[in-house]
Amino acid sequence: MSDKIKHTEPLIRISKRDDLVWWKSWLVRIIAVVLALILCSVIIILLTGYNPIQVYSVMIRGSFGTSRKLWIMLQNLAMLLCISLAVTPAFKMRFWNIGAEGQVLVGGLATAAVMFYVKDSMHPLLLIIIMLAASLLAGIVWALIPAFFKAKWNTNETLFTLMMNYVATQLVSFFIMIWVPSGSSVMGIINQNSQAGWLPEIFGQKYLLNILIVAAVTIAMFIYLKYSKQGYEISVVGESENTAKYIGINVKKVILRTMGLSGAICGLAGFLLVSGTNHTITTTTAGGMGFTAIMVSWLGKFNAAIMVLTSFIIVFLQRGAGEIATKFNLNQSFADILTGIILFFIIGCEFFVNYKINLRNGHKEGK
Amino acid sequence: MSTAAIELKGITKRFGSVVANKDVSLSVQNGEILSLLGENGSGKTTLMNMISGIYHPDEGQIFINGQEAVITCPHDAYDYKIGMIHQHFKLVDVFSAAENIVLGINDGKRFNINDVYARVREICEKYGFEIDAHKKIYQMSVSEKQTVEIIKVLYRGADILILDEPTAVLTPQETQKLFKVLRRMRDDGKAIIIITHKLHEVLSISDRVSVLRRGEYVGTLITAQTNETELTEMMVGKKISLNIERSQPHDTEDRLVVSDIKCNSREGVKLLDNVSFTAKSGEILGIAGIAGSGQRELLEAIAGLQHIDSGSIIYNNPKTKTQDNLRDKTPIQIRDLGVRLSFVPEDRLGMGLVGNMDIVDNMMLRSYRHGKGMFLKRAEPKALADKIISDLQVVTPGTSTPVRRLSGGNVQKVLVGREIAAAPTVLMAAYPVRGLDINSSYTIYNLLNEQKKNGVAVIFVGEDLDVLIELCDRIMVIGGGRVTGIVDARNTTKEEIGLLMTKTDGGQINE
Repeated sequence: MSDKIKHTEPLIRISKRDDLVWWKSWLVRIIAVVLALILCSVIIILLTGYNPIQVYSVMIRGSFGTSRKLWIMLQNLAMLLCISLAVTPAFKMRFWNIGAEGQVLVGGLATAAVMFYVKDSMHPLLLIIIMLAASLLAGIVWALIPAFFKAKWNTNETLFTLMMNYVATQLVSFFIMIWVPSGSSVMGIINQNSQAGWLPEIFGQKYLLNILIVAAVTIAMFIYLKYSKQGYEISVVGESENTAKYIGINVKKVILRTMGLSGAICGLAGFLLVSGTNHTITTTTAGGMGFTAIMVSWLGKFNAAIMVLTSFIIVFLQRGAGEIATKFNLNQSFADILTGIILFFIIGCEFFVNYKINLRNGHKEGK
Repeated sequence: MSTAAIELKGITKRFGSVVANKDVSLSVQNGEILSLLGENGSGKTTLMNMISGIYHPDEGQIFINGQEAVITCPHDAYDYKIGMIHQHFKLVDVFSAAENIVLGINDGKRFNINDVYARVREICEKYGFEIDAHKKIYQMSVSEKQTVEIIKVLYRGADILILDEPTAVLTPQETQKLFKVLRRMRDDGKAIIIITHKLHEVLSISDRVSVLRRGEYVGTLITAQTNETELTEMMVGKKISLNIERSQPHDTEDRLVVSDIKCNSREGVKLLDNVSFTAKSGEILGIAGIAGSGQRELLEAIAGLQHIDSGSIIYNNPKTKTQDNLRDKTPIQIRDLGVRLSFVPEDRLGMGLVGNMDIVDNMMLRSYRHGKGMFLKRAEPKALADKIISDLQVVTPGTSTPVRRLSGGNVQKVLVGREIAAAPTVLMAAYPVRGLDINSSYTIYNLLNEQKKNGVAVIFVGEDLDVLIELCDRIMVIGGGRVTGIVDARNTTKEEIGLLMTKTDGGQINE
């Protein structure tokens, strides 16, 4: 009574693999980057005829070419990292906060509002403290609204936080309309002459304070997630809500607390963007970083230390792409194609880190 | 005898080294209802899954209407006019009944939903179903969903119907309705196999009964010529001696007094119905019952995880001599009262432990709040992890291995070890040896016995009656959310417990 069915094993079978040794997984990633660069070279030669090596060196110069470029790169890196750190605790809790964009905007808006109304009528330090408090509060409120609905009625946080972004954009447009008498939709630099509420330059560097603040947040977040009781609770809730309930974690409280934290750091990013960088507010102040941050956070596996590296890769590619576009007189889209290819390979190689491909071997029939 | 609608010959199915079905042969005629009876894990569902194309037998043959059939996928089963109604419904929530019914059918004709409505109405009239074909699944009660599942297979023209524990989720009234429909289908010439372990249902609905035990075919009886006692004996089999040591309890006192607790599911099905019992210190109280009879809800109610509608759970604190009602308290409130309650839940990796965390972090689940300040102290849990690994001989590459990588037995040792390390006064364990090999099982029995000797009130929910009878001091049997009896484990038989287990809503069906 033997089995009468032919078992044909599929040609390619994918199976999950146990953890790779760390160096092997990094080898996979390096190979991916090399392959991406080779593919990009082919495309560069085919489409433009330029020497790819030249293009790459220009790309590197986009970030490291001059000390000004280096500072701008570090500043962009700091802002992206800050927002990525903000979404990380929420993501670790499996709360899909894609509303960082809006939370950053309302934080910036609160900062701008305090700058606009108080002007130079206050001690500069006090003013900055009030601005900071206002931005943190605005970010917290914006994040707590969807968190509350999630905790209370289990609403879908992805849609909710996404829609809160549009509300935030409209709020910014609305206030710019009120603040700018001419009816122009551009805010202009706030307190251009008095520089009231501007974060000070330190050591003659405009962005250094921003960068130091984000560095401090990075270290704090790393420690918070890995060594604090609250960080542990976040992991447990994220891994299994049933386990969390079983050991008596108040899941609702953790959701609210964590989203409050997430919103607060987004608010801080808004504050740094308005007070420390642009000194103005527009509807695009967050500039899509709220979404890019999600990628940074995932690629960095929610580990603050690795996220420094992943946000660097992304900022480096963005800066480099812009540089190629101007230097070679190429369309910006062409530069985007190159960064797209590189990112695709970097993200795609994680598949090979987590899974292995089994090709069908010799024997044709299963037993 | 005419040709059977479906006949199985010598079916064997193995999963790795586990034999789920061993040389099973049975047959069903057209116009007949066959009950498939057996305890949990006796291989009923596996056998039916092979008929419906989900699994493929390792050995043996299946004949449909006398012809040998090869069923490799559910679609083949459908071609042979076999329809299975699973225990867990497979329906799309946001679709209407009619949409779910036609889902996946591709007959090459142009799709017209009105034809579907007409045919569904036809089927309903023929067999006496009551269903609104326009209603969305998420608006339906459990019994309505089941009706949709049955119509779904009839719509596909099934002549052989398999129902996997169809009454487990139904109220007695709904069960009666279902049986009426099944009888009509039988009279229409369909062959029906119904999986169940409720004896009174077997007796009331089926024409013949086939019994499985531990994957093996025991025999087939004509329902009219048998009775509950005979069926129970076939189902539970002879007593097997396991030589589990058991000491005489001494100096027992009432530790946990549960009185009249009631709890309903959202659908209004009674999960717990007037459950009362006392767990005493220094003894092991076994809880026996068919899976899903309310064991989980009972333990979770005591642990503060399940809301109960009425009743009380009184804990007699041996230190302070106070009495506290644990009803509707959160796990934290229970601990703050000084109640040292440990709980080994059924779902080890989904509830008791976090699969992706390492052993140290899993040790911390119970104790991470200890100590002042906002930071974790990993030294103590690390020491505990090392101690459990060496005491219980946990096989692991190290304390930093995620627990999901450990084998089932080692996972359980980690969990039980942690719960015992909390020095409990009450220890609840749900199916602690499920899926474990013999050695690991005995390690767990020994741990429970040790706790008993230390004066802990142990509550042990088990499924193997031999184990329950040898390990426990008293056994409480529950069926359908009610306590059907509490027996002295030293003076009971498997048959007695088996009868109590199947005594759910006794007799209500035929009246």
